[in-house]
Formats: sequence, C-alpha cells, structure tokens
Amino acid sequence: MINNGKETLLEVNDLRVEFKGKGRKPFVAVKDVSFRIYKGETFGLVGETGSGKTTIGRAIVRINPTAAGDILFKKRKINGIIPKELDQEVTRRIQMIFQDPMASLNERSKVDYIVSEGLYNIEGFKDEEERQAKVSKALLEVGLLPEFASRFPHEFSGGQRQRIGVARALIMEPEFIIADEPISSLDVSIRAQVLNLLSELQRTKGLTYMFISHDLSVVRFIANRIAVIHQGRIVELAETEELFDCPFHPYTRALLSAIPVPDPRIEKKKRVLVYDPGCHDYSRDKPKWTEITKGHFVLANEAEIRQYEAMAG
Amino acid sequence: MNEPILSVRDLVVKFSLRGQVLTAIRKASLDLYEGETLAIVGESGSGKSVFTKSWIGMLDANGWIDSGSIMFEGKNLATYTTEPEWLTIRGKKLAMVFQDPMTALNPLRTVGMQIQEALELHQDLHGEQARAKTVEILSEVGIDEPEMRYSQYPHEFSGGMRQRVVIAIAVACNPRILICDEPTTALDVTIQAQILELIRGLQRKMGATLVYITHDLGVVANVADRVAVMYAGEIIEYGTVEEIFYDARHPYTWALLSSLPQLGIKGEPLYSIRGTPPNLFADIQGDAFAPRNPNALKIDFVKGPPFFQVSQTHFAKTWLLDPRAPRVEPPATIKAMRDKYERYAL
Repeated sequence: MINNGKETLLEVNDLRVEFKGKGRKPFVAVKDVSFRIYKGETFGLVGETGSGKTTIGRAIVRINPTAAGDILFKKRKINGIIPKELDQEVTRRIQMIFQDPMASLNERSKVDYIVSEGLYNIEGFKDEEERQAKVSKALLEVGLLPEFASRFPHEFSGGQRQRIGVARALIMEPEFIIADEPISSLDVSIRAQVLNLLSELQRTKGLTYMFISHDLSVVRFIANRIAVIHQGRIVELAETEELFDCPFHPYTRALLSAIPVPDPRIEKKKRVLVYDPGCHDYSRDKPKWTEITKGHFVLANEAEIRQYEAMAG
Repeated sequence: MNEPILSVRDLVVKFSLRGQVLTAIRKASLDLYEGETLAIVGESGSGKSVFTKSWIGMLDANGWIDSGSIMFEGKNLATYTTEPEWLTIRGKKLAMVFQDPMTALNPLRTVGMQIQEALELHQDLHGEQARAKTVEILSEVGIDEPEMRYSQYPHEFSGGMRQRVVIAIAVACNPRILICDEPTTALDVTIQAQILELIRGLQRKMGATLVYITHDLGVVANVADRVAVMYAGEIIEYGTVEEIFYDARHPYTWALLSSLPQLGIKGEPLYSIRGTPPNLFADIQGDAFAPRNPNALKIDFVKGPPFFQVSQTHFAKTWLLDPRAPRVEPPATIKAMRDKYERYAL
C-alpha cells in the first residue's frame, strides 16, 4: 500500500474473528480484513447490521479475541497475548465511544466517577486533586460545566450524555478513538452538535478516528476514507469522494443507491439497485483484495478486476 | 386538490404526569387529502406521534383530547371516548404501522393468526376463507412461501420481513388512511428502500391516503407529496414537498435542513440549533421557537404568530412573513437548495 508520506497509526492484516457456539463449528464474524489508518485522518467503516463492523472495532480495543491476523498500533502488535505494559498503553491510547448514551453510562454512578473510571483502572493520577482537575478539564472540553460532575446520567439530555461519553474517552488522552455509531440514537438537531464537537476535538488534539456507522451519508460528511464491509469482509475501500464518484463493487453501488437524499427532485427519480451475492462467480476464480486505481481497493476476481479497470478508464 | 378526507382543527392534547399537566399538542390544525402522502416531521418530543395517535384513540391512559375537532366521514372523532366507538374506526378505516417490528408483534402467536385476527374482527371472514385471504395478503406484502410462513412465529422472521408482517396486519382491512410511524427507522438502508417501495406499491393499489411520521428528511424527500413540520406540539409550516425543501420559510425548518450532514460542506462546522425545546409543562409565551431562533424578533416573545400564506399550498407560522418584519436572509444551506432548484427548473 502506498503511504503518500502519511504516518500509519493502525494496521490490520488478514484479521479473522470467530465466535464459538456450543459444539457447532465457529461463526466467522470477520474474515481476511486488512486496512491501514493514517495519523490524523477519519476512517469510516460502513456496513449493515451483522456485517461485523462493530466486531472489528471491539477486536482493536481487545474486547473480542482474534482468531488470526495481526493488529499493529504504532508498529507494535496489540492482539493476542501481549505484555501488561503494552495492554495498559492500548487502554490509554485507544478509546471507544459507544452508540447509545442511554445504555452506555452507569445509571448509579455520578458523572465524576463515570468520567474518571478509566483513570482508576490505569492509576492515571497522583492524588484526588489531580483527578478532579482532569475531570473538570475533560468536561469543559466537551462543552459541559465542571459542576455537572456531581450529577447522575438521568439528569442529562441525549446530546449531553453523548458528550459525557466523549469526555470519558478524552480523559485518557487517547490518540485514536473508535466511535461506534456515536450519533445514530440522537435526534437530528443534536447530531450536528456532536459531529461538530468530534471535528473540533480532532483539529485541536490531532486525534485519529475510526467512525463506524450504517449511514453512508453521515460518514461521507466526516470521513477521509471509507471501507465498506459486507458479511465480515471489506469489499471496497477508497477515499470518500472517489468511492461516491466511482464505486466498483456491486454491493457498494446497491448501498449508495439506497441512501435517501434530502432532495425531492433527486429522490423521486432514483432507482434502487439490489445486491445479489449470486452475481459473483467465485467457484474457480477466487476473489483477491486488489488495488484498482491508486488507493482504491476492491475485493474481486480476475474477471471482475478487468471489468473494474475498464470502468476506471 | 381533492376534498379533505380528515380535518383536524385546533386540536389540544394533554397528559397528566406526576400531578402536573403537560400540553403535548397545542392547537394543531391539519387537512389530509384523499390519496395523498403527507409526511409529518419534527424532533423527538415535538408531538408528531401523539398527534396521529389521537386520531385513532391510542393515547396512553393518562392522556386526553382537551379541545378541538377531528372530522372524519362526517363524525367528530375528538368526542369518542369508549373502546367500542374507536373500534368502528381503528384498524378498519385508520390503521397504523409502528416503528419497531421487534415489539409490534406478539411473540407467542403465529404470524398468520395475527393477520387473520384483523380480518375476523373487521371483515367478518372466518375459517378457511380468512386463512386463504391471510395467505394472499402475505404474498402481497412480498413474503415468499406464504403457506409455510403462515404458521411460523415472529422470531423466525428477519427485521425487514417482520416489518412486512406489521404492514400486512395494517393493510388487511383496506384502511382509507394508513399512518406509518417511523416504519423504517429500525431497519438497514437497503431493507428500508424495499419497505418504502412496498408501501408505495400498496398505496397505489388500494388508493389509500398515507401519513408518514419520520425524522429522516431523506425518507420524506422520497415518499411525500406534502410535508408538515411540527415543533413543540404545533404545526409551524406546511406545503408541498418541493416548497418545504427548496423554499422553506420558517426559521425552524431552516435549522432542521441546515443541520443535516448530507447538505453540509465538508470541513466546515454544521449548523446546529442551540438550546433545547421548550418545557411543555409550562405555558408558552409567544413563538415557541423564539428562544432558540437567532433571528427572533421582539414580537416573537410576546405574541405567537398566525399562519402566513406563501402560496396556495404553502403556509408558515412565523412573524418573518409579516410585511412589517425586517428582511432576514436564510442560512447558506437553504440558499444553496434554492439555487439548485432553480437550476433544475432550467
């Protein structure tokens, strides 16, 4: 993969994640997934329910064990068995923001504890005074008042709760944040606020994001590059506008045609494409992860590669 | 335009909560025309669900219609109080499709029985006849092998298929008005496109009038002929879908459209509405949106605006349309939409 002088922060090679059921053969949630995330960018991971997008995020933060493949963070392997210091380093540098702020905050804890929970785990403060200072700083950074620390989650609106979720990640001083559908459960008017907050923090702190979502239109707005995942495999990866202008894989094209656009003239005329996995003949000619044009990858076999190359012109 | 099939006038709906009274719908008026598709949009808590639920007597037990009228087939539904009265309307003439197909179905009964129940109750079909009709409806809503599916339970269906079943129950009795409350919010986009297509097809076939409740303006652009925008229990603007998307007049509609990431410019902050919706337990002085409106006029805080007419079909409740009001420029996104529309027209 060509680097363009950009620094690779996270590298995933041939990742495979399995879930074992009782006696049956394991369910493969993610297979042969490879991608790189560059420092300072927003990498979008888009797929439907059950496609494995969240599983990839969880594998990176070491919640789900990997069955095969490597995950490298700053050139160090972080999956499988790793030294304790590296594990702490991962916990600190890679943080996750969850989808539903109603469910991801402990109802019985005060904001003060919720925000500093990560710090307790890694003993990230010298004394009580330093801890409180850190909590206040994190709350201010997400646009909440330090006084809110003594309140409980139910006293906040959806948008404010999601800000608490962001503060909880920020207090660890991460370099890389995995945001798993951070705005899906929020109201339309609140979504804009949270998206603005995330962009603002990226600019001021030089953060790198992996943005997991089912909504291509939102990802288009914030991501530099997008990977489309279908049934555990990434089928296409390209820079955002490149993907929208010139999608190769039939699944990507179906997904793009299905997103509703808030423009009645376009929307009333559009035709929705339906993806039929039977359109690939992979019986003899197996698909490979191939770069068609610079930085634009697609999962295709030889015949499809020729067809896509013709499309690219 | 056709005659109104349903006419709501100055509807006020209240709820009693922890000893306090909340006014959820504040004098909302709306005409629904035969055969059209109307979308009602607004944030959570704007009252869009409560508004339509009040038409079929499905308000929660602590809620009631305080004043106003709902005229349908010469009767005022706002005066209905008992279940037997509502049963002459609900399900039979006005049916509803709910948001979450995971919770709308009874997990303990077969899918076939749940559809058949509606037929037995309203269509007076029984036994083999009802069964045959149920199988026919299942196939009509795009379920393969309807005979086999008839005797399966909801857990054996995927999310999209379950929503098809919910739709089947709603259309079983050929209702005149079908209300779809966020019918695709819980579904994936590719499934959403299929369900929207299905609803559109059924509407064409049955000639029903459709009401869509949604917060997704992309879906609105896809399905609606007309759009009504709700805020704090009031309808604040309504017009044809093109009038609302390309020529919105109310500052709240502007804000709603401008905050969409799809219409935003990459790298620039999105427009976001400051503040929070008003407290509906308290009386609202003047225009409910005024405290959040950067262009609010002095009068907005004193007296609520009436509806001003923009075109024959387009009305907006904002003082900005008063001839005495200062000229306020809409945000850049709205202007861009307007320019785009003018380019289409060429």
